[in-house]
Amino acid sequence: MTDTAFAPTAAAPRRRALPRVKGSAVVMALYLLFLMLPIYWLVNMSLKTNTEITSTFTLWPRNLTFANYVTILTDPSWYMGYVNSLIYVVMNTAISITVALPAAYAFSRYTFLGDKHLFFWLLTNRMAPPAVFALPFFQLYSSVGLFDTHIAVALAHCLFNVPLAVWILEGFMRGVPKEIDETAYIDGYSFPRFFVKIFMPLIASGIGVAAFFCFMFSWVELLLSRTLTSVNAKPIAATMTRTVSASGMDWGVLAAAGVLTIIPGALVIYFVRNYIAKGFALGRV
Amino acid sequence: MEKTVNHKAWFLVLPVLVLVAFSAVIPLMTVVNYSVQDTFGNNVFFWAGLEWFQQVLASPRIHDALMRQILFSAIILAIEVPLGIFVALNMPKRGFWASLCLVLMALPLLIPWNVVGTIWQIFGRVDIGLLGHTLAKLGISYNYTANAFDAWVTVIVMDVWHWTSLVALLAYAGLQSIPDAYYQAAKIDQASRWKVFRYIELPKMQGVLLIAILLRFMDSFMIYTEPFVVTGGGPGNATTFLSIDLVKMAIGQFDLGPAAAFSIMYFLVILLISWVFYTVMTNLDKREGI
Repeated sequence: MTDTAFAPTAAAPRRRALPRVKGSAVVMALYLLFLMLPIYWLVNMSLKTNTEITSTFTLWPRNLTFANYVTILTDPSWYMGYVNSLIYVVMNTAISITVALPAAYAFSRYTFLGDKHLFFWLLTNRMAPPAVFALPFFQLYSSVGLFDTHIAVALAHCLFNVPLAVWILEGFMRGVPKEIDETAYIDGYSFPRFFVKIFMPLIASGIGVAAFFCFMFSWVELLLSRTLTSVNAKPIAATMTRTVSASGMDWGVLAAAGVLTIIPGALVIYFVRNYIAKGFALGRV
Repeated sequence: MEKTVNHKAWFLVLPVLVLVAFSAVIPLMTVVNYSVQDTFGNNVFFWAGLEWFQQVLASPRIHDALMRQILFSAIILAIEVPLGIFVALNMPKRGFWASLCLVLMALPLLIPWNVVGTIWQIFGRVDIGLLGHTLAKLGISYNYTANAFDAWVTVIVMDVWHWTSLVALLAYAGLQSIPDAYYQAAKIDQASRWKVFRYIELPKMQGVLLIAILLRFMDSFMIYTEPFVVTGGGPGNATTFLSIDLVKMAIGQFDLGPAAAFSIMYFLVILLISWVFYTVMTNLDKREGI
């Protein structure tokens, strides 16, 4: 079927369609403006001095300054927040992906006793409110002496990230035809060698997306990471909320700290742009 | 895909099972434990039966928090779902502009939740925020820390800002999967724009929209960080949603019994919705398989 077949009828609707295209551009422009304005305002404030923020109202920084960023990057109580967050987030991502890979393979290829119940149970953990788990986690990790360590937060975030990784990876794996597995086994591959050499490269994009979402969900979580830490492993999110509650607010530094937390997501967003819907929908779109 | 029966697959699932059991079942058992016991301190506990559950069910404080929570979830769903669909319909289909829209729209989804709160806390302030300052200049009195209505508007606009893109991206993914032939057939029938939406696009988006609605409902139902940073649950208790109330009770006041009973009922609600979610997902998979 080609377009030319419709040429006589298509001419009229196309002329009418022209203003609609413009209309949609306006809608998108307005929506994106709505999305970008608050972010712009944060960036704007992070580049101002505190006197400029509080004494005058300016739409862009008049005295451009990077002093706020310098403060954060030289003061250990600030930059250690980022280091702590990065440590537990990377630990969590590594643990989640490692245990989720074989499990997702099992769910996508085999039926076994209780598989559906297990798959559902995993989902309930992804959906569980962190507020319910905050206190028990605090007591559990205090009693085993892991309170205020990075591994405690990493393990606690496994609660929702392992199920997330299993569901996303399963969504990608079911797209790989089973004949590939069977051919590899006939060719004499053992399961581990097949999995690492053949199967993992096939779902490389799936692993990337799952890792990205584990990273993101661990990075954005505040309640559990704040409850489980006090000094040594305090995440950047907790550092920021404590500054908010203090009197004599340092708005510029707060804004700069906020901008720095957006950067990891903004850096990789371009590469995962076509998978964002799939990741949030747990691999089901 | 036809799956093979293989009970040895359990070994592949075992690590996940152990890890999630450690981080989900043990804490949950602690909660169950607390919910049926009382203490006078010194770690001496005695059986309290269903006392805490009765107390929580009768507590006006929790009724109010639940009402606020349901109202909040209903409002944001009523705004975000139609708006998300509308945005998705207006997105460019391919090329550079489509990529640009995808990247910019995904940006709010990837901002840490407390920073989302911080952004809006600053943005809404009358003295230094663009929104608050503009409203004040227009002569509209607006103060989200003192006025309950303003606090609600701020929290809702913030959530719309934060999550509408998710609905839009999911709807967009659904739209992209509609073959061109459908539109061509509609063109032959001279279907109006509305009819194309009603009879082609909406039915084809049904699956992803269900996922979007359930996800948004779940996540709004356990929202904690963003309103906590912006309003701290105030003014008064005006924006104290379920999770904020629960954390106040459990960690702020250390009322273990009621907090645990509350947690269990909270979790049961989540379990119920998860089940609906799971059923929807598996039915979609089956339909795709045909």
